[in-house]
Amino acid sequence: MLDHIIGALMAFFERFKEVMIDGDRYKFLIDGLKNTFTITFGALAIGIILGILVAAIRTSFDKNREAMKLRGGAGYYVLAVLNGICKFYLTVTRGTPVVVQLMISYFVIFALADDGIPVAIFAFGINSGAYVAEIFRAGIMSIDHGQFEAGRSLGFNYFQTMRFIVIPQMFKAVLPTLCNEFIALLKETSVAGYVGVIDLTKAGNTIAGRTFEYFIPLLSVAVIYLVLVMILSWLVGILERRLRKSDR
Amino acid sequence: MTDNVLIKVENLKKHYTGGVVKALDGINCEIKKGEVVVIVGPSGSGKSTFLRSLNLLEIPTSGKIFFDGVDITDKKTNINMHRQRMGMVFQHFNLFPNMNVLKNMTKAPMTLLKKSKEEAESKALELLDRVGLKDRADAYPSQLSGGQKQRVAIVRALCMEPEVMLFDEPTSALDPEMVGEVLDVMKNLAREGMTMVVVTHEMGFAKEVATRVIFMDEGKIIEENNPQDFFENPQNPRLKDFLSKVL
Repeated sequence: MLDHIIGALMAFFERFKEVMIDGDRYKFLIDGLKNTFTITFGALAIGIILGILVAAIRTSFDKNREAMKLRGGAGYYVLAVLNGICKFYLTVTRGTPVVVQLMISYFVIFALADDGIPVAIFAFGINSGAYVAEIFRAGIMSIDHGQFEAGRSLGFNYFQTMRFIVIPQMFKAVLPTLCNEFIALLKETSVAGYVGVIDLTKAGNTIAGRTFEYFIPLLSVAVIYLVLVMILSWLVGILERRLRKSDR
Repeated sequence: MTDNVLIKVENLKKHYTGGVVKALDGINCEIKKGEVVVIVGPSGSGKSTFLRSLNLLEIPTSGKIFFDGVDITDKKTNINMHRQRMGMVFQHFNLFPNMNVLKNMTKAPMTLLKKSKEEAESKALELLDRVGLKDRADAYPSQLSGGQKQRVAIVRALCMEPEVMLFDEPTSALDPEMVGEVLDVMKNLAREGMTMVVVTHEMGFAKEVATRVIFMDEGKIIEENNPQDFFENPQNPRLKDFLSKVL
């Protein structure tokens, strides 16, 4: 019995060496992982900037529409139009598959681009921005309105109140959710192969194509994703506990 | 005499849902410097809405509010400048949980009045000392009791050196044994000559400290008088009814 198991393991490692180590094919995975990281971090940066902008417009409109309407002025209409644009962006981005957005970016919007990585960063960034915007918006809305009123009653203007009082509290509230968005983004980038980018998944697939062995390279890819996500989730857990502690 | 008027309210109205709900239905009122005006009335009478209109936390539907001679309901008026001169204390304290007590008190004077850190902090500590909380300067709001929170909220507003203090039911969210410590701070403030507008259910405070008591019902001022006549010789039947229930 034990002999069988050891024998099977030996065969597996032998096959693993043939497929992954011989011909330095594991290096595909390392390069792929680098690209996966580049796309994920780049997209997250775009997503956060875009998310802050969209959330700022949406919440300013929601919080000030009544007052601005009563006080009059052009500001209301400017904000209403911007809010409309943001809503359209959120609906379209969240209502279509990210693969489709990626392919439209690569084959239509940037049809002349020869490098898929910046295009992938762009597409995933736009996509992530919509989700991050809603995370931030929910965060701002979750802060007690009394905080906002207290800031305004001291004489802070709208932006000062947001900057000194609401946003710092909001960030603390949404940090764990934001990290989960990062984890989701990391896995979503696995479709980057559709536009010719060699990311981790595509690299695994390439090895499979060259060796006619699917199980080992794809298992390796899955294990790498799993380990990364587990590490990140563990870090989020530590972060959440830290934040809860300072809440006392 | 007119120089003495700090706040003047003319025909103030606040309507919701296109005029179906009339939270304020034509308020006229003058508040002079040094007055302690207490507003009482049944719930839903519009007294909080009225108070919150005075610094435009509620934007009135129509009517004018003059603060120190300036029409603050005018769209061209910079309301932020005027709010700096009107302190406000809320029912639920609204201390900033991400800042300690000292930072709660110094953030606004340092940012808006351009005070130096030393200046703002010495002023804050002096005020904290007066309300008996100097040793809690480094504490965070979550570490304070309700009464302590409200006392900090009062001195936070005082740090801006306001000309009038607005109190929106400052003791309603407190445990009964903590009401006294907050009322004491308010009484001292009144004795020092601060102009105050107070919405409260504490009739004892009104009797003892108020220079004038206003009774509101259904968005209107029904009766106003000095505290003695107000409580001992009410005229309007609705006020009589109200007083019979609360006294």
